[in-house]
Amino acid sequence: MTSEFVQAVLLTILTSSIPLILAAIGELVAERAGVLNLGVEGMMICGAVSAFIGAYDTGSALIGAACGILAGALLAAVFGLLAIYLAVNQVAAGLALTIFGLGISGLIGKSYVGLKLTNASHLHLPWLSDIPYVGQILFGEDYFVYAAFALVLGVWLWLNKTHAGLQLRAVGDNHTSANTLGLDVQAIRLWAVLFGGGCAGLAGAYLTLAYTPFWSPGMTAGRGWIALALVVFASWQPWRLVLGALIFGGATILQLQAQALGVRIPSQLLSSVPYLATILALILLSVSKRGKANAPASLGQAFIADK
Amino acid sequence: MAFELPKVTLTLREAPSRLRTFLGPILAFGIAMLLGGLLVALMGKSPWQALDVYFIHPLLDSYNLQALALKASPLVLMAIGLSYCYRANLWNIGAEGQFVIGGTCAGAIAIFTHGAPDNTLWILPAMLLAGVMGGMVTALIPAILKVSLGVSEILTSLMLVYVSQLTLDYLVRGPWRDPKGFNFPVTVTFDPAATLPPLFDGARVHVGVLLTLAIVIIAAIMQGRSLFNFAVRLLGLAPRAARFAGFSEARITLIVFALSGGLAGLAGFMEVSGQINQLQPSISPGYGFTAIIVAFLGRLSPVGILVAGFVLSLTYIGGEAAQISMQLPLDMTQTFQGLLLFCILSADILTRYDVSLAKART
Repeated sequence: MTSEFVQAVLLTILTSSIPLILAAIGELVAERAGVLNLGVEGMMICGAVSAFIGAYDTGSALIGAACGILAGALLAAVFGLLAIYLAVNQVAAGLALTIFGLGISGLIGKSYVGLKLTNASHLHLPWLSDIPYVGQILFGEDYFVYAAFALVLGVWLWLNKTHAGLQLRAVGDNHTSANTLGLDVQAIRLWAVLFGGGCAGLAGAYLTLAYTPFWSPGMTAGRGWIALALVVFASWQPWRLVLGALIFGGATILQLQAQALGVRIPSQLLSSVPYLATILALILLSVSKRGKANAPASLGQAFIADK
Repeated sequence: MAFELPKVTLTLREAPSRLRTFLGPILAFGIAMLLGGLLVALMGKSPWQALDVYFIHPLLDSYNLQALALKASPLVLMAIGLSYCYRANLWNIGAEGQFVIGGTCAGAIAIFTHGAPDNTLWILPAMLLAGVMGGMVTALIPAILKVSLGVSEILTSLMLVYVSQLTLDYLVRGPWRDPKGFNFPVTVTFDPAATLPPLFDGARVHVGVLLTLAIVIIAAIMQGRSLFNFAVRLLGLAPRAARFAGFSEARITLIVFALSGGLAGLAGFMEVSGQINQLQPSISPGYGFTAIIVAFLGRLSPVGILVAGFVLSLTYIGGEAAQISMQLPLDMTQTFQGLLLFCILSADILTRYDVSLAKART
């Protein structure tokens, strides 16, 4: 095996895990606040199409990414209004968000199908990116890679080391007590959900701005759902989420490389590897009893204040 | 906080308002239509024409009415099954996959008996059984994982949708491909003995819709009368009370999943045997997901689901017509369905709570 091959494999694992990390870290924050938003797939695909349109029409990948974040947050706001303020069942509202997002993204992106983005901006740091083997991976990747790791670090610090992070966890673990302590449960949850939406939108933006240079309907292909599973797999801990995402990135690469290496397996079997791996991961997590203890205690329950 | 968010207060009503329970879904549908119309106008098309094409024109002739019933049938079957899960607060969102596996298993019988004489009477019942079993087994995977290990049924049932679709895709492109099919990814066309006969001579509708109707009637009679229905509802509303009353949570979970998977498999059988007449890479335009909306629009009650099934079926037929006559993309249908589900869920809350707005405390 040549070093180029190893480097290519590592790069593919990294790039296919970035959208998962981005979407999952946002959902992790929402879930730590006690809100289960099953709309990740819908927010992600709207982020993808909005980012593509923004970048294509303005020629700026940065504006594209901003559009993606905004689109994700906008959908999250609709969800938050219903699930947090109107106490609509979170599972059902999240499903509605995904169905709606998949549909509307097709409508918005109709006239952009088949167009190609030519200005995808890769980061190039003089000298550092030219270091053999690791230079390209550590210093030559897209801004998204750095954004993803910065987000994970930021969320970890914020959740565990700040007062506001403690408040958010309190709201997720016992909303009644948090309310008694004078915290505005619904407002904190809304902010967490908006953050989750923005992250999902950014994950979508990554798909159209960096992963592939074009937009195609349904291109998220279940990544939003896998991100949801990753949060459970990581037992709501930011750093374990990175590990999980890299394993899933590895599952994706298996699919690409196995055929290149001439392994005769039906392509459909390889395509179903990420989904089967998700089920397996959830089973493994349930078998090891420790993981479940970390679940936010109020997850999925609407908070209705007593008067 | 930089600015104050208004405080929404929900007060539980003593009993759900009967008027609001009835008007809620209608109001929700009205609001979804308004929003949909707005969207159509934003795309530079006439909302009035869209209203006509989507919701009025398909109701005007027998050909379209039959198409309506054909599409409503799988939606209603699956929604009835899902309503049991949702009432028990169990989230089977993988009906789409259970439908696909049901259709695949039923199709397997049709393919392996290909060439049998036309009067072979056991083929259709065998296909029905295979379809139901296929859907049931697919649905029982998340159910068993849930009761034995506590794995969330939401994600596992959904992941199996992708696996199911890929399985069908593999079979149709690989071992089951029709050798005389000019390399198209389709299986042989089913024999007459493996095809559901039309309801009457020259009809588009197959006799399967009668079975769907019968299941709606049975479910409606059972509702509110059987101990099982009570146990399901109790588990959903007050799981602790259900446990104290001696109902086994695990048993109910397995039964409602088997029931909903079986009905989805039955719908899959009817689709391949009565409608498509062969297997192809995709046998469902998202019926399994739309059925979730049908279940909620029908307020999880059998008769409501029957009505809701026709309403959502209308969006499919209308969507196809609108694509041809107004160049509206098919995604409009899905967008509208999502909007509709949002509206239904919000309307549901308004029937159970009184909502008031107050200024945030300072």
